[in-house]
Formats: sequence, C-alpha cells, structure tokens
Amino acid sequence: MTRNVDKDKKDIMITPGEGVGILTAHSIGEPGTQMTMRTFHLPGVVEAVPTGLPRLIEIVDAKKKPKKPVVMIYLKEKYKDMKKVEEIAEKIDEVLLKDVAKFSEDFRKRQILIRIDKDEIRQLKIDLIGIKKKIKAELGPNIKMKHKGEKVLLITKDMPLRMLRKFTNKMKNLHIKGVKGINKPVVTKDENGEWLIVAGGSNLTDLFKFEDVDPSRSTTNDIMEIYNLFGIEAARNAIVNEMYTTMKIQKVNVDIRHICLLADAMTVEGEVVSVGRHGLSGRKPSVLARAAFEETVKHLVNAAINGEEDRLRGVTENILIGQPVPLGTGLVKLTMKHETK
Amino acid sequence: MAKKTDEFIVYLNGKIVGTHPNGEELVRDIIKKRRSGEIHHEVNVEFYPKVKEIYINTDGGRSRRPLVIVENGRSKLTPEIKAKIRNNEIEWKDLIRNGIVEYLDPGEEDTLSYIAIREEDITEEHTHLELDSVGILSFVTSQLPMQEYNSSPRTTMACSMTKQALGLYASNYALRYDTKAYVMFYPQMPIIYTRPQKILGTEKRIGGNNLVVAVMSYRGFNMEDGVVVNKSAVDRGLLRVEMFKTYSTEERRYPGGQKDKFEIPAPTVNGYRGETAYKYLNEDGLISPGVEVGGKDVLIGKTSPPRFLEEVSAFGIAEEKKKEASITLKAEEKGIVDSVLLTQSPSGNKMVKVRIRETKIPENGDKVASRHGQKGVIGLLVPQESMPFTKDGIVPDLIINPHAIPSRMTVGHLLETLLGKVACMDGKRIDGTTFTPANAEDAKEVLKRYGFEPNGYEVLYDGVTGERIEAEIFIGIVYYQRLQHLVSNKMHARSRGPVQLLTHQPTEGRSREGGLRFGEMERDCIIGYGATMLLKERLMDESDRTVQIICNDCGSFAYYDYLKNKPICPICDSTNFSQVEMSYAFKLLVDEIKSLGIFPRMITSNKTEE
Repeated sequence: MTRNVDKDKKDIMITPGEGVGILTAHSIGEPGTQMTMRTFHLPGVVEAVPTGLPRLIEIVDAKKKPKKPVVMIYLKEKYKDMKKVEEIAEKIDEVLLKDVAKFSEDFRKRQILIRIDKDEIRQLKIDLIGIKKKIKAELGPNIKMKHKGEKVLLITKDMPLRMLRKFTNKMKNLHIKGVKGINKPVVTKDENGEWLIVAGGSNLTDLFKFEDVDPSRSTTNDIMEIYNLFGIEAARNAIVNEMYTTMKIQKVNVDIRHICLLADAMTVEGEVVSVGRHGLSGRKPSVLARAAFEETVKHLVNAAINGEEDRLRGVTENILIGQPVPLGTGLVKLTMKHETK
Repeated sequence: MAKKTDEFIVYLNGKIVGTHPNGEELVRDIIKKRRSGEIHHEVNVEFYPKVKEIYINTDGGRSRRPLVIVENGRSKLTPEIKAKIRNNEIEWKDLIRNGIVEYLDPGEEDTLSYIAIREEDITEEHTHLELDSVGILSFVTSQLPMQEYNSSPRTTMACSMTKQALGLYASNYALRYDTKAYVMFYPQMPIIYTRPQKILGTEKRIGGNNLVVAVMSYRGFNMEDGVVVNKSAVDRGLLRVEMFKTYSTEERRYPGGQKDKFEIPAPTVNGYRGETAYKYLNEDGLISPGVEVGGKDVLIGKTSPPRFLEEVSAFGIAEEKKKEASITLKAEEKGIVDSVLLTQSPSGNKMVKVRIRETKIPENGDKVASRHGQKGVIGLLVPQESMPFTKDGIVPDLIINPHAIPSRMTVGHLLETLLGKVACMDGKRIDGTTFTPANAEDAKEVLKRYGFEPNGYEVLYDGVTGERIEAEIFIGIVYYQRLQHLVSNKMHARSRGPVQLLTHQPTEGRSREGGLRFGEMERDCIIGYGATMLLKERLMDESDRTVQIICNDCGSFAYYDYLKNKPICPICDSTNFSQVEMSYAFKLLVDEIKSLGIFPRMITSNKTEE
C-alpha cells in the first residue's frame, strides 16, 4: 500500500528538468489566442467589467488600477433576510454632493449657489445640517457661506474664474455619505445561497471599518489593492483566483498549476511584477536574453556601460550562442575525471 | 464654402461654368436633347439635388455601357423594333440615333437612373432596362455559367480561379517570346457556354476540358478537395499543357568603347563554368533549337569586359581578363530549346532570346477547378481499367468528393454536371448564361429519352473488383480548368546546400536551393519537450556552427596563422587559447557590437571542471 502511494507520488511529480515555464506559456498562450476569437458575452452590468482576454492582459500586465474595480462584500452575520443586507448596502453606497444638489455658478458675482434636493436627501436619510457642516469644513479662507433652508450660497472674494470652476468641481465631488469610491452596490446571492453585496469601485481599507463587513471573506478584483493591504502572498492568490475564474467563464480549461506558476513568477520578487518588457522579461539576469527580447540596443549599451557579465545560465542565451540548453536532457552532465600524467 | 446662391452650380468636365435656377429642368433638357440627337450622345450628366450641383461630362476615359431607355413604364425597344432588328432593317447606330438605346457613365448611372434587370420587372419609376440581365455582371463573372445557383463566395473564388486557368492565351503564341507562357494541347470550348463568352470572344481563348465527372469517394484519395484523375485520359492528352519560358540577353555597350560578346567563353575567363556547361553552344555562343537542356546548362555564352581597369594583368601589357556573363537555365528547370531569336534591342544592341519549352503533364499535386469555385488537387492518377465504369462503359475522367458540395452550396456545379450530360447526348451546346433560367425539367426529359435516370444518377461498377457499387453515383460532364499552380514549379527539398555569406546560415527560397525555416514557434515546441540536443542540432550543427579560437587572456577572437603555424591573438601576445564551438550568428553579433565601440570579452572555462 505505502509502496503504491510512493509510486503514485513519483508518477505525479514533475520530472527534473521539465521546461515548466515554457509549458505554462504554451498552455496559457494557446487557449488565449482562442479567447480573442470567441469571447462569451454576458448580459447586464457584469459586461462592463472586462472579461476574457482584456481582463487577462490586465492581470498579466499588473496594472495599477483595473479598468473596472469590483468588490464582493461578505458580511459577518449570515443574514437570511435580504432587507438587512440592503440596509448595509445603502450605508456603504457613496453619495457625493452633486448627487443630492444642483449647482449654479454666477461668474459675474463670483458666487456659487447650491440647491440641495430635499426629497433626495430624505430618501437617502441624510441630515441637511450635516451636509451644510461638511460644506463649511471645505471652505477656504476667502470664501463665505450663506444658507437658508435648502439653499447654500458661497461667496468668494474676486476669485479667478478658473479657480471658481475648479472649486465648483471640488464641491460637486464632496463626500457626503458612505464609503469613498464605492458605487452601485447590488445585493446578490452567491452559489451557497448567502447574501452578499457586489459593488463597483474598490476600497477595502474603508470598508473594513464597518462592523458588519467580514474582512476575512470580502474581496476585490483589484490585485494591487490586495497587495498593498494584505501583502504579496495574498496578491499571488488573488492573481490565481482572478485568472482562473476569468478563464473558467470563457470555458477555457487551463490547469491551475500553470496559473499558479505564472502567479509565482509574478510575485517571487516580493512585489507584483508584470510579464513583459518592464517586468519579468526585463529583469532577466542575462544581457543576451534581454537583448533578444525587446529594446536590444538599450540593453547592450547599458551592459557595456556597467560592464555586465553574462553567466549563460538561461535558455535564450544558450540558443543564441549555440550551446545545449540547460533544460530537459541538457540539464544532466556527465563528468569524467581526465587522467593526466 | 458657403453658397451665395440658391441656384444649381453647373460643372462642365469638372470646371464651374455657371449656375442654373432649375436643376431638374436643365437635366431633363440635356437628356431629352441627347436622346433626340441635338446634343452628342457621348454627353452624360450627374445630378446632386441635395448639394445643388450638376456635373456635365463630355471628356474621355469614362467607362460607359448601353441601356434600353424606358419611359412611362414601357421599354422603348418595342416588339416592332425587335422585329426590324431581326430583319436587318435597322442597326445599332439607328437605335442610338432614335433614342431607343443610350450609353450611361457611372455618374449618371448612380444619380439619374433606375435600371430594370428584366423586362417583366419594369414599373413606372424605371428609367432604363438592361439589354440582357447578365449585363450587371463583370467581364469575368459573365464567363461563368449559372452563377445564380451558387453562393456568392464561391462565385468570387470561381472568378479569381478562371483568371489562373491555362489554355490558349493567344493564337500567335508560336511567334511570341513571353517570359512565361502556357499553352494547352487540346483546349475545348465549354459544352455549357455563356452568351458573353461568344460576344467577348473568350470562347476562342479558352482554358479547359469538358470532363466526365463522378461525385463519389475513391479509396480516400479524394478527401479534402483531392481529385482522382483517370491516368489513361491524361495519357491521351487531358489537360496537358506546354510551358514556354524565354531567356534573353543583349551585347551591352560600356563607356570606353567596350562591349559584351556572344561566344563560348575561353577557359581563361573569370568565372569559367567548366567545359561541360558550354557543350550545347555553337561557335557563335548560342544554343540550337531542339536541344534538350537541363540543370544549369548555358543557353547563351557571353563574356563581359572587366569591371575595373585595375584587373589588367600585372605583366604590364594589357591582357584583357574578361568576365563570364552567360545566361543559364535555372537549376530546377529542364526542357527543350524551342527557338532562338537573334535580333536587335531597342538601344540598338545585338540581342538574343531563347525560348525553352517543357510539357507539363497533369500529375499528383497539380491544381484543377471547375467554374463554380470548386477547386481541387490531383491526389491520385488511376489507370482506366481501375476506374469505376457505367453499364455503357463510360469511365469518369475525374472523381470529386461528395463532401465538396453541401457546405459550399455550389448548386451550379451540380446543374452543370446534369446539363453537360444532356448537351452531350443531344449533341448541342447549352446556354448556361447566369440569370437565363436553365430548364432542368426539359433536361430530365432528354435524359429519360436517352435511357438515363432523369436525376443524373448511374449505376457504377468498381474497376478493380468488378463489383457493382452499392450507391448510385451522380455523374455528368463538367468543364474543368487546369490552374497555374503546378507542383513541378514548386516542389523543393534540401539536405545540404548553399549558405548565406553574411551569417553562414542556409539560404532561403526554392530558387536559391534554400532550407526550410525552423522558426521561433517550432523552437518553442522543442524546448517544451526538453529535447535539448535535438534543438542544438537544428539550430547549430545543421545551420551555422563554427569553431572559433578564443584568447583566454583577453577574451577576444583569435585567428590561426598558417605561416607561423600557431594561433594569434590580435590584441595581446597570449599563447593561451581555447577552441570554442558557437553559432556563427553569435560571432557576427560580437563583431557588430565591437563595431559600436563596445568590447565584449568571452570568459572561457573548461567544461569538465565546471
């Protein structure tokens, strides 16, 4: 029995010298080309989030911000009731001043009139005085505020027109309520029947300040945010998850180990590194390998300036100079002691 | 530019000549006067009411086509006039003069006409009627029969392939010296013809044979657009083509009064090819017609004066060292010298043209196509006795695969098969012009009369076993063309051969006897397998392997001095060298980097002590 297990284990293990990197590249790259041609389309809002090849490229390029960040907020208590979840969702939803008020600028008098929509704030359960306080807090030294009911008048002292417009825009985006950057929260059920909130935008740091939000299960599709918040190991897992799910949605079956290897390669250095000129390929130790990839002249000249040395340990270099590649059958060496007289 | 007037701007041949308050009236008048003969019949109008512009064109270079004039929903080509034409009472000129037919240019066609395709289709709004409904098709498309039964992509393909068909391209081919030309041995007029073929004269410059075509499988040799061809038919000249190729050169004059010369080069000439290369040449340096040549045989012996004066020998007296400049047959070609023409070039020099001919018999890999976008490659040549046959002893010339039909929807091909059979039995060619309905019902009647199944099916017997083939086979006559892609002009393989001077890598392309590229993706696959030594063999040993001597002290390339019998480092006085195996491409790279002012050093170590 144990012998069989041992034998199976040996069979499963990858052979020493197997070119796992290139196999990964092939295994992800080939279905990737298929994906360009037949991207499945989904109905509704979900479509706005990049899926398929564009999303994969986004992950692999290690973009600072995804095109459309999305958070999945799980709650500490597993509510059976949708209403309570909706309440929380409402709390989270970011409300800006422009959502509840109308602006009109008077460039001659250098004034800004803000008309707050009473019905709107009543619906959102926002306090009128609270808003006014928030507006006041934002005012600079040269601006005075007059208010009467739902009307707020901001009087500036000879502010240049451009500054006035700038200030209006600043006021429009004044944060009133909810979590910064979170919009359009939708309450849905996951495959286990649990209620959760899916929202656009990504701001886990502020979200975790809410008591109801479960920080151990809530997640985002913004890998860089995960990296900044949880560290590199989490980022690696996020890469794996994101790639795996996007490919699964496209019905592209790539073995998860390939994705793991790619994620490992992207994160071994302790930070998330993109695949390409500025990332993985651009950081190869070998001058020749880098020069063979992109920006040949740049690498050669820099190597000359710095007096770099190429140990010829990689695959590309050895193909270039015509040596056996240190991979597969080329990895093993027969050493023989030469008897010298 | 803002318009200052509400009037119509009138252009004559692209230049503004004035304005007119009522554009419709002007256009109407011009057309009316043109039809009555008051204005020349080559004048055409373009009318753009939205931008209030009228273009009147009278200049040359517009492609125009004749159409029957329709007025008030009635064609001007009335039955009475038709009868007059039939009795030769009036001719074409009269039709134009009397305003029955007029020529439209593209501009007028686009802006002022509504053309009915058939006489039955005419409504009140129509202004013109096609002389014939095929008129809407192009020159090439109108050559193809029954295209209204085919899917449009196939029609497109059929058009482009018809242009590649080999046939009788010119009847004076024997007097011509085209660089490359093909002439078919027994070209046939298509049994299913089109009227435009007759009008345009392409009927007499055709390329193809009417073949007996069966739609069935033949032992897998016609899978995936392969076709099986009757070898005996090929031996009788089916689709056989002669290829003509002309090589030419002239005695050029150079500044300084020097001149090329046609002659058998003397062995002292620079670049002498050896005695055997010149064996077919006569004293004047030219080859004789009828000689069988091949390989790199010289066709025209020619010598040129030396390019530089310095080449004059060192012994003082100018002994001219001439350069070999003969014209040879290309390495992969062979043939018979068809004719030799000695004439004068436009610049007044002596010029020779040598025409080589070679018979191209249909063989495995040659391309054939019907006129319905159904192309195929010959997959097998079967002797007649092994081909299937009908009860009458009819043996197909060509067998196509039934899978070629459904997804491509080339019903025209099937219809041609059926009608071709009818035409053969009736002894009459059938008009297959597109948009002229072919009567399949009549065809069925004819087939019945001659004792065939009306649907074109026949019982076939296997030529090998003699057994009856269980399925009934659709068999008939289709016009097939031989296309310009002949394997004998393309086939290529290499084991060893020439390498490029710069990189020491094998040359590229058939004409240079080149290798087949082992590309980047192929390389990736071999890496994926981890087959390192195979990879090294492909990319190094079989390509540009070189052994370089490297100075262990300074890391630069050394060379071997055969006079001193020892390796020399060009930089230091080292005596310590290593022999290193590398790709020549790498050596070249290092040399080029050196030329940039960077000195890459190679650090050597012993392989066994690593």
